[in-house]
Amino acid sequence: MSNTSHRHYPAKPGDVYLFATCLVDQFAPEAGLDTVRLLEREGIRVHFPEAQTCCGQPAYSSGYPDEARAVARQQLDLFPRPWPVVVPSGSCAAMIRHHYPSLFADEPTLAERARELGERVFELSEFLVHVVGFQHNDAVEPCTVALHTSCHARREMGSHTTSTALLRGLPNVKLVEQAHAEECCGFGGTFAIRHPDISEAMADDKVQSLRATGAGLVVSADCGCLFNIVGHAAKQDERAGNAKPTLPGEHLATFLWRRTGGERS
Amino acid sequence: MSQTVHFHSAKEFADRTRAAVGNPAHRRSFRGAMDFLQAKRAAQFPDPQAFENLRTLGEAIRRYSLAHLPDLLERLEARLTANGFHVHWAETAEDANAIALDIARRIEARHVIKGKSMVSEEVGFNHAMEAAGIEALESDMGEYIVQLAGETPSHIIMPAIHKTKQEIATLFAERIPGVDYTEDVDELIRIGRQVLRRKFLAADIGLSGVNFAVAETGTLCLVENEGNGRMCTTVPRIHIAITGIEKVVEKLEHVPPLYSLLTRSATGQAVTTYLNLISGPRRSGELDGPEEVHLILVDNGRSRAYADEQMRATLQCIRCGACMNHCPVYARIGGHAYGTTYPGPIGAIVSPHLLGLESTYPLAFASTLCGACGEVCPVRIPIPELLVRLRNEAQALPTANAPVRGRGAARRMLPSAVWRGWAFVYGHLKTYRLVSWLLSRGRALSPANQGAWTASRTPLVPAPKRLRDLLKEHSR
Amino acid sequence: MSTTRERILGRLRSVPSADVAAPAVDAWYASQEDDDASARVGKLTAALEASHAEVHHCASRDWSSVVLRIAEEKSLRTLLVGAGTPHGEALRRQNDSGNATKSDLQIVDYAASFETWRERLFENIDAGLSVAHSAIAETGSLILWTGPSEPRLLSLVPPVHFVLLDVDRIHATLYAAMQTERWSAGLPTNVLLVSGPSKTADIQQTLAYGAHGPRELVVILRHADGGAS
Repeated sequence: MSNTSHRHYPAKPGDVYLFATCLVDQFAPEAGLDTVRLLEREGIRVHFPEAQTCCGQPAYSSGYPDEARAVARQQLDLFPRPWPVVVPSGSCAAMIRHHYPSLFADEPTLAERARELGERVFELSEFLVHVVGFQHNDAVEPCTVALHTSCHARREMGSHTTSTALLRGLPNVKLVEQAHAEECCGFGGTFAIRHPDISEAMADDKVQSLRATGAGLVVSADCGCLFNIVGHAAKQDERAGNAKPTLPGEHLATFLWRRTGGERS
Repeated sequence: MSQTVHFHSAKEFADRTRAAVGNPAHRRSFRGAMDFLQAKRAAQFPDPQAFENLRTLGEAIRRYSLAHLPDLLERLEARLTANGFHVHWAETAEDANAIALDIARRIEARHVIKGKSMVSEEVGFNHAMEAAGIEALESDMGEYIVQLAGETPSHIIMPAIHKTKQEIATLFAERIPGVDYTEDVDELIRIGRQVLRRKFLAADIGLSGVNFAVAETGTLCLVENEGNGRMCTTVPRIHIAITGIEKVVEKLEHVPPLYSLLTRSATGQAVTTYLNLISGPRRSGELDGPEEVHLILVDNGRSRAYADEQMRATLQCIRCGACMNHCPVYARIGGHAYGTTYPGPIGAIVSPHLLGLESTYPLAFASTLCGACGEVCPVRIPIPELLVRLRNEAQALPTANAPVRGRGAARRMLPSAVWRGWAFVYGHLKTYRLVSWLLSRGRALSPANQGAWTASRTPLVPAPKRLRDLLKEHSR
Repeated sequence: MSTTRERILGRLRSVPSADVAAPAVDAWYASQEDDDASARVGKLTAALEASHAEVHHCASRDWSSVVLRIAEEKSLRTLLVGAGTPHGEALRRQNDSGNATKSDLQIVDYAASFETWRERLFENIDAGLSVAHSAIAETGSLILWTGPSEPRLLSLVPPVHFVLLDVDRIHATLYAAMQTERWSAGLPTNVLLVSGPSKTADIQQTLAYGAHGPRELVVILRHADGGAS
């Protein structure tokens, strides 16, 4: 999509904000912490505005713009300094970058602030590749992984290329590509609840194509998709009586930190 | 009877989708067809930048045409009339059928042979003719097959995409006298050709759609591969073309880029076998062609969509079907589950304007907003944004003169309250802190049954500590 | 004036008109690569063959014998031509001359209005012969301008369709054809672009030829200098 082209990337900054997303805060905090660790290792100070909650996308995509606006409005004021805002989710980054301006279209001051904020919102992998110049060795045992890129990461942030580049940059990681890699996993936020049958059919196909690659792990930079895919695979394991998950998943931040010798505190 | 919607509630739609995804043969057949069409389209646009440049031009042409729509329609009418066409205006589906019936009655027509026309499906043309005792027979091979089976198209470009050749072989053997069962596709097509050739000769009226109507020259452009469109517009005494008011372009030079985008996006062809440019009925000295050509310009809700700046983009559509070919939801449920003339993403954004949100709002929600449709749209219709807008409209407070009929049709007390509660929690830091803390600390109490989520997934369980807790420890 | 018309136009006009710039079609085509004449011949040939058409190159003076030879190879018995056309007369002379092997081919004139002989046209004509007005290299499309000497159904109803094309009539694109030939100044009642034999993939995406129109498209490319390749 044209949304993804011609982005200007700043030089590596001394400070960044972290917008961690509601899913990471509540359900996958390790991914957030590993994001901080990855950035700090590069000598970047990471600021986490404690007042952050959620970008508002759940309500926005469910057709409740007033509710989305109310929540989004709270996030707008949290990043006053001109530092980049790093988001370990392509979907939430895209919400701020591409949808905040139209969400606040009726309030010019806020719309302008949203546009300004959007200009310095970066999905984690694009930030690591284009701003940080991430380069680390993974001196651990070889592994085979598959990457799932969320649709918003791919089509609104263009970060499928940077996630891929990060994984390809690890010498001991073999990245395999599943069939229909560009196709939606069936999550779609509240879609998974509203249309469980269609969502299940999509998740089923996604898991099947991931399993067919023989990858031992699925990596994604978006928790929503990851929960959907891994949760679906785990349910299959449960039904088949498998004690261990046959298709585990990991957030890209955690995977990178773990593979490149990052310490666990 | 005019427009047809085959479901009337979200539940009925859900039932239809459940049945569709639960049918493995159906799923395989659509998956195969979608993969085929996606690969063919991709081969036509090997260079992403060249595609972007061409679609920028396509989008510009469509937006320019719409910006001047009333003027262009008047110019088109004047030019067509000067060329010897009869131009009719239809506000509703009923109007469109009444105009066609008037023409048919005047010449005591018994048989109408039809080329492919989605607008004729939209207005329920066949039913209207049959009700008046006039046969309306489809001649596009896919449409003919679908009609023979008593069904409706499941795709706007490939109407019989849901049928296997075995099903078609059985259908032909059962419904066409003197035909034996054969799965040989060439033979099946030969049979269709033979049957339909007699029908072209027998028809009093040929009906067609229009892909582009050119105002400056008074020309109707028809795009096709089979030649049945040419038959319909040439053999019968009278040719009636029916089209939506949005199909007009100003100049002939606007056609080549749109034509190229259309064929490459639709079926992955660099070009179709025929482009048929009709600028008048048979003139003196000519030996064939219709004596009369009529154009029915159909509004049917389009002018209402036009009035809204954002939803006007819906009218940019050139009906290529690429959005459905790339839609992961369409690939799972197929065209019929949508229950509307236009299925898939384009159907979800067009149908509410034709039929109102009351019966069509579930379509707007039947999308993950993955953006595949918007990415391939050759005229850059922001389909995901329009889906979100329709969701908003469906759940907004009903108002008079809403930009789309049936505003508020999906508004329900419970979900509205849930989302207000959600906004309260995530919009108030103290509440969020408390609620998220409670969820973390009470994670052992997380329900194993999380409704639709756990129907096919393991439950979501909050982490023992939130990120904000971990970061406090981390910075110490 | 119908009130329906007024209501529709009224609704469309009630909207403040958007200021949208005219699309720069000319600039876009100017930015595309331009081919020389011989490259256009090559492109046209390749595109037509990719669309399942037969392409034969010949010197201009030889076209009629080429057509007759192909007709014989295909065992055609009847070939339809525009009545009173130079190419029709030339072909008939060649066919009657006896220079060629004794021909069973009958050259039929499309001389009367379709209604008077429709059954015969649909049932008993094996092939039609058109002269292309011009052609498009990019997509391998033949442009037919119909009229009294090039009736619409001549290129549609017979199962085999021959088209004569002079190579100096090949444009790079449809846009170039429209602009160079000034189509906007006036068009015949029916202009056709033909880019292969009639086809369909409506049964399980399986391509089949001869859906409703010709099963075979035979293109005779006439080179003025005799430079047939």
